Amino acid sequence: MATLEVQGIHSFYGNIEALKGVSLCVNDGEIVTLIGANGAGKSTTLNTICGLVRPRQGTISLDGEVISGLPAHQVVARGVSQAPEGRRIFSRLRVFDNLEMGAFLRKDKDGIASDMERVFELFPRLGERRDQVGGTLSGGEQQMLAIGRALMARPRILLLDEPSMGLAPLLVQEIFSIVQIINAEGTTILLVEQNAHMALSVASRAYVLQSGSVVLEGTSAEVAGNPEVKRAYLGEG
Amino acid sequence: MRRRLSGPVDVTQLVVSGIGLVILLFVVYRLVATLMGGTYGVSTYASQAIFGLAQGGIYALIALGYTLVYGILFMINFAHGEIFMGGTYIAYFVIAAFDRSGFLESNPLLAIVATVATAMTASVILALGLERIAYRPLRRAPRLVPLITAIGASLFLQYAFRGLFGTGVKVYPDTHLHVAGIDILGGRYDIGGMVVRPIYFVVFLMAVTLMLALWILVQKTKMGKAMRAVAEDKDTAALMGIDVDRVVVLTFALGAALAGAAGVMFALYNKQVTHTMGFIPGIKAFTAAVLGGIGNVPGAMLGGFFLGLAESTFPTLLGLDSQLKDVIAFGLLVLVLIFRPTGILGEVLSRKRA
Ligand SMILES: Nc1ncnc2c1ncn2[C@@H]1O[C@H](COP(=O)(O)OP(=O)(O)OP(=O)(O)O)[C@@H](O)[C@H]1O
Ligand SMILES: [Mg+2]
Repeated sequence: MATLEVQGIHSFYGNIEALKGVSLCVNDGEIVTLIGANGAGKSTTLNTICGLVRPRQGTISLDGEVISGLPAHQVVARGVSQAPEGRRIFSRLRVFDNLEMGAFLRKDKDGIASDMERVFELFPRLGERRDQVGGTLSGGEQQMLAIGRALMARPRILLLDEPSMGLAPLLVQEIFSIVQIINAEGTTILLVEQNAHMALSVASRAYVLQSGSVVLEGTSAEVAGNPEVKRAYLGEG
Repeated sequence: MRRRLSGPVDVTQLVVSGIGLVILLFVVYRLVATLMGGTYGVSTYASQAIFGLAQGGIYALIALGYTLVYGILFMINFAHGEIFMGGTYIAYFVIAAFDRSGFLESNPLLAIVATVATAMTASVILALGLERIAYRPLRRAPRLVPLITAIGASLFLQYAFRGLFGTGVKVYPDTHLHVAGIDILGGRYDIGGMVVRPIYFVVFLMAVTLMLALWILVQKTKMGKAMRAVAEDKDTAALMGIDVDRVVVLTFALGAALAGAAGVMFALYNKQVTHTMGFIPGIKAFTAAVLGGIGNVPGAMLGGFFLGLAESTFPTLLGLDSQLKDVIAFGLLVLVLIFRPTGILGEVLSRKRA
């Protein structure tokens, strides 16, 4: 059974159909990437999984249990957390408080404390700035905080929306290597990226989204080898 | 706002600045004239300031309700003055019953605590009803819609109380509580020609205590942090597992509880309770919230005290009729809106938001 199973979801903004029957699955322990151009519906897919957008049709299930239709704050409780596009950290809360919010539903004080230490190990720069308000962090640090905050929920599956956005190449490298560490430690990951090159190098499988529909899926190697993908997303041939 | 070079705008700015300067000069002139004239002694100002601190504490407590709700929903809950009135009104029946039964005299502390608790509860119930019935369905409507609804709700509550309890003025009973030989609730003492009413100190201290409690709640507790998270970004807060509706309800409840407590404190020295009693304090507290920078919690506290002090001391300081205190309060509002629309602490807020 897949960890996350999305079956034929249709999502709308008013009358605009942003997702036209998207299906995808992520198996336990995988990194799966979802790539596509601007406006393809990648963020909408993640937000539909998280319950911020209600699908008009289709179902989403986590470990076989249907989660579509649940409000966003209950989806987190089931084990899905997201580091959203543009980081969306709480700029007026301290780093520490942002992480505490990530663990909002958890009651295990000791577990929360040790997970926070783990986040500070993964991202030492956050540890140094734990009492600084989020708004004063650099873009890279904010991305680290967004990922750390999502990890604080101890998710079954972590959704990452364009973690490389607006970051210098070296920092992108760093973030991606940490994403791989997180995955190796047992967190399943669905990664949305515009940086197809990077995404395909860390993911085992990939989906290509175009105008609200999945137009291609396969292993990363297969997708990377597709001439159309090479031309449109990898800037080759 | 960036200065534009086109003629008309510059002229407007010039005129506005000119008016500001004239007002400032007038204020300074009257101040100097009054102080040099020596018509009033220190004791006059001192007793006005003491009253101002108590009244300011009441304004601040009510202002917090406006500012908390605005911080979360960007909506002015114009019915908040009626939440204040409703709690005070319902609690009147409790304290009047205590008075008749003799409980108020035999055990004033407990009686007043119970009265305050009643007012807080009644205000919270009113506010939550309002939120659920009138505001929540309009959460995604254009901003003007809930504003108009709030004005409607305000009138509804006023007329509901009038319909239920009539137009007559209810009077809170006299209360006495002796601490170390001083009647801290009902006493008046002549100290060197100055009449001192300890109740003002009591109200001031209670207000400060409640504000401190709120401050700790908002800054230190997980729920308080969740409130601030929701204020900043509702969708992301929901992604954390925060139930946004619950936080909104909690925010209304907190604001209402403070208003209910403020109502009884107000009635302990002001005595009179009517169905319209929420209107003026409500608008004044709103003014205080704007003065401090709406949405800003310390701003509301500061604005409340500032307004209370300004109202009580400015008429004398400026040599004006004390009947003009409302003119001063609303004049301040207009001046702030013209010269510093973000309020006293507004700058801090916008910088943090950026
Ligand atoms: N809140 C919204 N209201 C209306 N339309 C929206 C909203 N959010 C997204 N859309 C539309 O839905 C479509 C898909 O948007 P989405 O944000 O999912 O794309 P994306 O693949 O994440 O793009 P990007 O790579 O630029 O982030 C777009 O056409 C967009 O204009
Ligand atoms: Mg997107």
